[in-house]
Amino acid sequence: MRSTLEKYKMSRDKTLAPKVEAFADHHIITPPNTLRRAIRRVVDRDLDDPVARAEQALAGLSGEFKSWMRSECDRLADAHAAIVKHGFNEQTRSELFRAAHDIKGDASTFGFPTAGAAAESLCRIIDHAPDLDRVPPDLIRHHIEAIQAIVREHNTIDKAGVARELSSRLRGIADDYLMHVNRDRPDHLEAIAAPSIVPAD
Amino acid sequence: MFRIDFNKLRFLVCDDNPHMRRILRTLLHSFGAREVYEAEDGATALEMYSHYVPDIVIADWAMPIFDGLELAQMIRQPDSKGNPYAPIIMLTGHSEKRRITMARDAGVTEFLAKPISAKGLYLRIMSVVAHPRPFIKTKNYFGPDRRRNTTVAYIGPERRNGGEAEILQQPSLMDKARVTS
Repeated sequence: MRSTLEKYKMSRDKTLAPKVEAFADHHIITPPNTLRRAIRRVVDRDLDDPVARAEQALAGLSGEFKSWMRSECDRLADAHAAIVKHGFNEQTRSELFRAAHDIKGDASTFGFPTAGAAAESLCRIIDHAPDLDRVPPDLIRHHIEAIQAIVREHNTIDKAGVARELSSRLRGIADDYLMHVNRDRPDHLEAIAAPSIVPAD
Repeated sequence: MFRIDFNKLRFLVCDDNPHMRRILRTLLHSFGAREVYEAEDGATALEMYSHYVPDIVIADWAMPIFDGLELAQMIRQPDSKGNPYAPIIMLTGHSEKRRITMARDAGVTEFLAKPISAKGLYLRIMSVVAHPRPFIKTKNYFGPDRRRNTTVAYIGPERRNGGEAEILQQPSLMDKARVTS
């Protein structure tokens, strides 16, 4: 841990006045580069590889990924149950979106990329449906059940390519629905049709 | 050849998902970081930002109370008593172009689309440490310079006026976000 004196020096450095250049309609501000202290020159033969070390540490966590994925699925099911019970409101919508969004972002890391694809499709419905109360309840339910099944039956259906097919079909149905209900909303149509910045695997 | 001494950097990780926080903590510690503070929502993150004065913030977008975008906007207050210049790396499951633009306009320094990788995170940290960009203050923006190239063909309406400024040649935030491995 750093000493109090070091912390004080660091916070003092951060308050050093930045260089300010004034122009007609903007200022260019160059703050003092306090992070430069962390850069170190090493010999080209340096064998230390922090990325490899981190990948190894991540692999060490992989034994927990399946149980993490199950708990993410439970969270998604709970969020869906709240919507079935109370309908869509700001809180229930937000919880369902964040649960699906977390699976979308984390599933590939946890070894469940097809579950992530199905979760992405669900996120798109929540993001782009003009009125969530009018989304066919089965469309949402099928997404959630598919994600649960992909995780639960990971070792069987993923090998057979069923999981990929399931996610792909759900995405097709969801996209058809979204294109239809957004036919008069060009900004949403553009966003729905835009390619993802994450390359497909 | 350069390396980063991660043990000289203080990180603030903001993510409501405990699994992702664990992964980030594991990666940062493996890189060599010792000081990694964690917040599970935007409000706690802002409080910790003021208290711990982190060198680098790594924030999720979707969080309760207020999200990562709002957190970035609150940090990027030019007249605040705190440090408005800390690099903010947005790590998010959002993967649409419009989201990158929104993050950039909120003052986010780097954008990293999930799924996370050790290399992607390391490169973003290396970028903010080794190649800091100047900040721009206009009537409606305060944050890192959004220009990353000198395209002479640009004819958009939002050019800055009043003199030549040095532009650091870097890949666009969009191109960098596409790098996932």
